[in-house]
Amino acid sequence: MSVDVEHEAAPPRDPKRPEPRPLPLVFERSGEGKVGYSLPPLDVPETLAIPPALCRKQIAGEAQISEVDVARHFTRLSRLNFSIDQGLYALGSCTMKHNPRTNEEMARLPGFAASHPLAPEEVSQGSLELAWRLERLLAELTGLPRVTLQPSAGAQGELAGILMVRKALEKEGQPRRLVLIPDSAHGTNPASAHFAGYTVKELKSNPRGTIDLGALEAAMTEDVAALMLTQPNTLGIFEDRILDIARIVHARGGYLYCDGANFNAYVGVAKPGLMGVDVMHMNLHKTFSTPHGGGGPGSGPVAVTEKLVPHLPRPTVERRPDGTFFLDFDRPESIGRLRTFLGNFGMFVRALSYIAAYGNRIGEVARGAVLNANYIRAGLTGVYHLKYDGPSMHEVVFSDKKQSDLGVSNVDIAKRLMDYGFHPPTMSFPLIVHGALMIEPTETEGKPVLDAFIHAMREIARECEETPEIVRTAPHTTPVRRVDEVGAARNLVLRWRP
Amino acid sequence: MKFLPTSDAERAAMLAAMGARSIDDLFAAVPAEVRRAPDLPPPMSEIEIRRFLGGLAKKNANARDTAFFLGAGVYNHYVSSIADQMLYRAEWLTSYTPYQPEVSQGTLQNIFEFQTHVCLLTGLEVANASLYEGASALVEALLMAERLSRGRTKAVLSAGIHPEYRETVRTYFSNLDLEVVEVPVGPDGATDARALAAAVDEKTFAVAVQSPNFYGVVEDWNAGSAAAKAKGALSVAVVAEAVSLALLSPPGEGGADIACGEAQALGVPMHNGGPLLGFLACRTEHQRQIPGRLVGQTRDAEGRRAFCLTLSTREQHIRREKATSNICTNQGLMALASNIHMSLLGKAGLREMALQSHAKAEYLKAAIAKIPGYRIPFSGPTFNEFVVEASEDAAPLLSRLAARGILAGVPLSRYGAAPSDRRRFLVAATEMNERAELDRLVAALSGRAA
Amino acid sequence: MNPDDLKYADSHEWVRVEGEVGTIGITDHAQKQLGEIVYLELPEVGHMYDAGDEFGTVESVKAVSELFTPVSGEVVAVNKSAVGEPGIINDDPFGDGWLIKLKLSTDVEIGKLMSADAYGEYVKAEEQEK
Repeated sequence: MSVDVEHEAAPPRDPKRPEPRPLPLVFERSGEGKVGYSLPPLDVPETLAIPPALCRKQIAGEAQISEVDVARHFTRLSRLNFSIDQGLYALGSCTMKHNPRTNEEMARLPGFAASHPLAPEEVSQGSLELAWRLERLLAELTGLPRVTLQPSAGAQGELAGILMVRKALEKEGQPRRLVLIPDSAHGTNPASAHFAGYTVKELKSNPRGTIDLGALEAAMTEDVAALMLTQPNTLGIFEDRILDIARIVHARGGYLYCDGANFNAYVGVAKPGLMGVDVMHMNLHKTFSTPHGGGGPGSGPVAVTEKLVPHLPRPTVERRPDGTFFLDFDRPESIGRLRTFLGNFGMFVRALSYIAAYGNRIGEVARGAVLNANYIRAGLTGVYHLKYDGPSMHEVVFSDKKQSDLGVSNVDIAKRLMDYGFHPPTMSFPLIVHGALMIEPTETEGKPVLDAFIHAMREIARECEETPEIVRTAPHTTPVRRVDEVGAARNLVLRWRP
Repeated sequence: MKFLPTSDAERAAMLAAMGARSIDDLFAAVPAEVRRAPDLPPPMSEIEIRRFLGGLAKKNANARDTAFFLGAGVYNHYVSSIADQMLYRAEWLTSYTPYQPEVSQGTLQNIFEFQTHVCLLTGLEVANASLYEGASALVEALLMAERLSRGRTKAVLSAGIHPEYRETVRTYFSNLDLEVVEVPVGPDGATDARALAAAVDEKTFAVAVQSPNFYGVVEDWNAGSAAAKAKGALSVAVVAEAVSLALLSPPGEGGADIACGEAQALGVPMHNGGPLLGFLACRTEHQRQIPGRLVGQTRDAEGRRAFCLTLSTREQHIRREKATSNICTNQGLMALASNIHMSLLGKAGLREMALQSHAKAEYLKAAIAKIPGYRIPFSGPTFNEFVVEASEDAAPLLSRLAARGILAGVPLSRYGAAPSDRRRFLVAATEMNERAELDRLVAALSGRAA
Repeated sequence: MNPDDLKYADSHEWVRVEGEVGTIGITDHAQKQLGEIVYLELPEVGHMYDAGDEFGTVESVKAVSELFTPVSGEVVAVNKSAVGEPGIINDDPFGDGWLIKLKLSTDVEIGKLMSADAYGEYVKAEEQEK
């Protein structure tokens, strides 16, 4: 396709359309013979001791570009992105909080960034101690005895958790066949249960949007391995009957799994271990401030109750009486490993830096998060429909019901928010709220930002009544307008071709 | 607290506007029995955090301060300063998953470029936006092959695949009714081709081979793909040292249906083993079964070229228990680092880096082979990593060398209990190893002062 | 709205019976729920299905749905045009957007399906739940 991309000698911009034109691909900037690297001359004899049949010729089509072009390309490209440092992302369940820069500096210390996971134990004590300390801190925050840092992200943590439950039940005689999951759950929950070899049974929420105790009693048989719940749930409502829920599950020998995506609502205030939770994953890239980086990396540590400790992924990090640290591979009842090495170590450094900055004041995170979400709720109540109106914790889920009567959907509202300088809220779940607007400001937003957000949302609601067309065709001021996702899926172009 | 922008006065104003008495009231739903303040030390200032973590970092040997020869799945390659510093830009570091394309074209175009690089290097037609790391990438590749096979139940893996990758496969497969069969490597260090062909039958959905393999030996992709095709299975090519793709015959030209593995060597710092950068590429005919995120090219409402996530219906947030994978996050920031790196090095630089790594390793291998008491047990050609056999137990030897600032290799005893493993270790070299460093290792192994 | 000469399943497929052959597609309500369809997976001619079996999938940008046959039979025709241009299903779900034709193995099952009116009521009830 011939594309109008921004060239170096671009004509002056039209003030009515000031946004930048699409940028060339790095391959489109390439030129034969251009060079962007420098390597020292080879100081050993030149040789190629591999049979020609096993070797390739040149990498046809690969980039040839200078460092200057690279600097410009990636700088210009970056400016097409919204980011937390620019403004609010009130994305429910994502916990888009500020990413402290101390974290970045610490992660880049050569002792961490240039260290290798297979170096001898005696010269790896720094990494082992860091991992051990982070585990202890997360254990303290969750009120559960042991933690594994191995899973690469929340979804992998969920899988690890359910695999440990399965192993524990196998030890007791039979792994059972079912896992119960509320209909409000995030999609990774049933996907993870499926990968652990379980059949998912969906639990319908009660009219409040929380777990229906009657339905749970009825569904909780001795064929159910676990109930996977989110606390607070994906509506931002605290499962206040959690102790009863745990009792029902435990009475039949099942395990209570807690999806810790919403830990920001009560970290430092309450402990899941005291709620009867047996296993819980956390997201370092949510609650613990490690950066989202455009979609990863994450890290999904899992905290477990005593019964599940023998089944932790292999190896575990242990401390000897003399204070040295080591990796324990001798774990015959372990579920095995879910990935190479210890986990996303670079994220451990960042999370530890973050937790150290708060220390025993970490409860202020949850208190700030809950205050901010409720402030937004108060500002938008009556303006947007609240299907489930139980008390909100760190996030509030409105719906587009009032506006859809006027022909405007949550997607349209989200797109219009971009014109006001905000990133849209989460919309793709929970499935029990049609047309959801899931808003989680986090504790790192101040009152002026919250006021601006509330104002923007109220303005958009007014626009839905008075000038709905401008909302339906939004956004109008972003680098690109609404994209043709249908066309993208029907005619798949997934790469550039030389 | 410097990360909390709300003052006491603002808090009071907010509570007043909400008609709430105190923040405590907002926690009314949380039962008293579950509330507990954590037993943690007081907050640390930034200066104290630097001291604390700096102290821990100093207890680690690292590639900058030692003679460094460790590989086995994570490699010490050159990373340009601009590649690292670009990652500090707020728009890259603090942006979110590109679910809203109108405000994420930077991330989306970056991923599209990354997908393209992976295709160019692997010789396959479609690549995804990245996976967590090499081991789980192999799992995803096998599960993809299983879905495409409609009912087959066996995966044949070469024992030349990284042991941690194989262990990960066994963990994932333990609860799915799938069988894993391993085929040993032969005396030359490469997969035994006849044993490989013999292990494949009509129940096999995938045949997976790694090259260079765990022992550093270069394998012929055609052996695995021929064995697979003979019985209608899919051929999976595994790569743990991605710089090798710049020099060795690409999987796509060796009949591979899926290529997967670890791209850390292409621009991602070692980070003690994570975050890394998994990748997966496949043929166009299979693209609908590819796991993970995918970025596609399209146009916006005003005709501009634009990019967006596509084929999301395969993913967990829509298909839930029928998803192709439970993966949610990818490795966005690492994919950026790698895109920048691969773009900077480009056609010529990637090849030169690979040739230098190979030449340094060959020099080292030849020199070590001459030291009395040491031999190179495998005769197969190697890229930049090779097995050395000492005449004593390797682990204590390597510890002694580490104490002298030489990280000479990874002992095979870490992964195997066989008597032959105990005296063997893996040595890797890259363009980062100066000749003086190589000579220092040779001197140390020879028992001479280093 | 829902043609009277068709029968309907609660999984939102319809059947048109002409002699021994049943033509199957998805309803207008279903295509609206899915949004613009981008991909369609249909079986090969010759496949045998029992009533309630999954015979394919239909995908839009935001959702994917399994397709279930309301009746038992052998596939005698597949709408290749729809596979090539899935948008037909959105445009004409009861006509050119048909999916497969089955040679029915029995005529008993048709009686268990819903009439147009009953299906209309069923859809209304589902909408209320939201």
